Amino acid sequence: MLDFPRWKIWMTLATLLVGTLFAVPNFFPAETVANWPAFVPRQQMNLGLDLRGGSHILLEADASDVRKSRLETLEEIARTELRQADDGAIPFLDMSMRDGAISFTVRNPTDVDRAVEAMRAISRPVGQLSATRDVDVSVVDGNRVVLRPTDAGIAAETDAAMKQAVEVIRRRIDELGTREPTIIRQGDTRIVVQVPGLQNPEALKSLLGKTAKLEFRLVDVDADPAQVAQGRAPPGSQVLPMVEGGAIAVKRRVLISGDQLVDSQPTFQDGMPVVSFRFDSVGGKRFAKATQENTGKPFAIVLDGKVISAPRINEPILGGSGIISGNFTTESANELAILLRSGKLPVALKVIEERTIGPDLGADSIRAGTLAAIVATIAVATLMIVTYGRFGVYACIALVLNVILILGVMSGIGATLTLPGIAGLVLTIGAAVDANVLINERIREEQRKGRNVFNSVDTGFREATRTIWDANSLNIIVAIIMFIFGTGPIKGFAVVLSIGIATSVFTNVTVVRLMVSNWLVRTRPTALHI
Amino acid sequence: MPMKFVPDNTNIPFVSFRFIAFGLTLLLTLGSLALLATRGLNLGVDFRGGLTIESEFKTAPKLDELRSQMDELGVGQSALTEFGSPRNILIRLPLPEPQGDDAAVQKVVAKVSSELKDNYPGVTIRRVESVSGKVSGELIQKGITAVLLSMLAVAVFTWFRFEWYFGISTVVALIHDIIVTLGFFALTQLEFDLNVIAAILTIVGYSLNDKVVIDDRIRENMRKFRKMDMGSLIDQSVNETLPRTVMTTVTILIALLVLLFLGPDVIFGFTAAMVLGIFVGTYSSVFVSSSLLLTMGVTPDKAAADAIRGEGTAEERAKARKAAERGRV
Repeated sequence: MLDFPRWKIWMTLATLLVGTLFAVPNFFPAETVANWPAFVPRQQMNLGLDLRGGSHILLEADASDVRKSRLETLEEIARTELRQADDGAIPFLDMSMRDGAISFTVRNPTDVDRAVEAMRAISRPVGQLSATRDVDVSVVDGNRVVLRPTDAGIAAETDAAMKQAVEVIRRRIDELGTREPTIIRQGDTRIVVQVPGLQNPEALKSLLGKTAKLEFRLVDVDADPAQVAQGRAPPGSQVLPMVEGGAIAVKRRVLISGDQLVDSQPTFQDGMPVVSFRFDSVGGKRFAKATQENTGKPFAIVLDGKVISAPRINEPILGGSGIISGNFTTESANELAILLRSGKLPVALKVIEERTIGPDLGADSIRAGTLAAIVATIAVATLMIVTYGRFGVYACIALVLNVILILGVMSGIGATLTLPGIAGLVLTIGAAVDANVLINERIREEQRKGRNVFNSVDTGFREATRTIWDANSLNIIVAIIMFIFGTGPIKGFAVVLSIGIATSVFTNVTVVRLMVSNWLVRTRPTALHI
Repeated sequence: MPMKFVPDNTNIPFVSFRFIAFGLTLLLTLGSLALLATRGLNLGVDFRGGLTIESEFKTAPKLDELRSQMDELGVGQSALTEFGSPRNILIRLPLPEPQGDDAAVQKVVAKVSSELKDNYPGVTIRRVESVSGKVSGELIQKGITAVLLSMLAVAVFTWFRFEWYFGISTVVALIHDIIVTLGFFALTQLEFDLNVIAAILTIVGYSLNDKVVIDDRIRENMRKFRKMDMGSLIDQSVNETLPRTVMTTVTILIALLVLLFLGPDVIFGFTAAMVLGIFVGTYSSVFVSSSLLLTMGVTPDKAAADAIRGEGTAEERAKARKAAERGRV
């Protein structure tokens, strides 16, 4: 156990050196480190949100929402396809959306085959190799055609929607000018957003929670105001709430939607905050056509199912740009402009978990955690030296090296230090010396049995090492389980714990053994004070 | 000359205390279960869902006044707790229905924050956490899975590395450790949150350390002293490892106590759980899990026979066979 080949000594020293190099940047301010030459490690440990302050927001998409909007588009496409079928329009009746499917009755039984053919043509294959299609077409009762989106189709649709949602959220957050946001897809229908050091988390959440689906629709001027007040609208229209209160009947048909917007800015008109917008060339042409055909009629600007305003179209708007006025403040105009610029979310997202930590609290935690780590190190070191003398000093050197190595490994792999992570570090300080306690107590025992110095040290290390491996393997297993099932801060705790277990076996067993064997070989002591 | 906390060659008859220890263990376990059933755990927002607002006041507010001010806002039943100092107050509120409506949550936060600012100039909001019922349900499920899985992993590992009866005695003691820790939380009504689950898993880890060290020594001695009476063998093993048990417990306790008194308030419950867990774990290692081996009827002879028959690794089987041959001569 005690003879060290030369290569092993060098390997050990090299490991310590590399670990230390990686740990060093953490002891300097970020600005200083940025100026260091590129060949030295410059990466600092990431601090978790609980230490630097910031917001953690978990968003969830409603999967049924995806299904619903898929059905709506499907209905629209089905109507168009039936009207424009190859050998003349196919007359149909009673198109309806029920139980997660679209169905309609073909008026002439002879047309059923053609209708099915046309409907099959709108379904698309899911994935490149599979034979599954996104819509299942079947016929019931002889002439009723049922279009049912398949689960695989919905899953693919959801996946695409989530990918797009991540992009939209990224654009919205970038607009706020925040530093280093983390936006990660989690599972099938969730997105985690983490924004460190945010001064105004409300603005962020308000941006995330909105779908920003903008539509221009005609106001149904023929609707009876009394009926509208009761929430009833004529066929082809619906009653929508107004942002400033009240309700209004608008046509179901969307003249033009916000998808074709290329820009939007907050601005002022007659001293009031308004939002300007500009369409792309296709959208601009459609907007021009729509305003030309409906000059003199009021149209509603609908955002997420609420009517912002319903101005009259005084003249055709040909330039492809316009202005939305409403009861805006400077902030709300700015927010709407950001929402319109970054595009609508393909699916509505709900905030299901939110944690916002003020920067003061994080700073307090770091201060308290660092103090605890230092005091714990000093206290444990004193106790070890008092109890084991020279061997205690070795343990203390190992203890300090261990802390440095943990910091080095954390920086090297880009792990995140959280508050429980600091606790894990302090705990490791107390627990890592267990290896030395085991070894030293065993050496004491062997001494009492009357073995000579070399023999008892050798046996002590050998017998204790087995126990140390058993105990640490078990601890690593528990730490890994904690990492897999833990969330957020607990993961941070598990990371520090696992790294600490691994590095402590190296520093408190291997490095201490190296120091002990070096001392024994050099001085050849005849008695051991332990 | 270095000092010693535990004198050399102690000879404490741990095994003979076993009936008292088993009785105490049973009492502690049942007591904890009763506390859990009657008082229950003071679940934090992580597990119950809801809204938590931590605020720091310039001077300590009167909790009664603050409570009635909160209740007047009409945002649901509030629960106030001091957090670390009388100036730091944790306000817990139910989430507005339907859950997931972030605008509604924001309104509640804004209401509370303006009410606080009106009544207590200089107050700051340090932390806001809102967890919906859906997420909290998942967190509970994940927490329980983590604890159960780690127990299973421990049992399997100890079974492979040692013998099955070490696995049983260890897991029985661990279950006791966990239940007593939960009982402590039911008794003190300290907030039970995600961090405490991490603390429990850590307790499992360190309690295991103690048990593995003692089990390791028992196994070693079982091979060395094949004719020894199991009770004395356990006593000898526990006594031999006692200096280590005490020393390690002391070093870990030092680190934890430092953390408890100097560390951040946010992890007070977490650290408190671990301090208690270290005591409970050490107690169950020294008095319970080792003596359980005797109760299960394990003897050095039987262990040797088991080892040869094929439980454990091939290397251990060979070792055991050699040891058995040596013992017979």
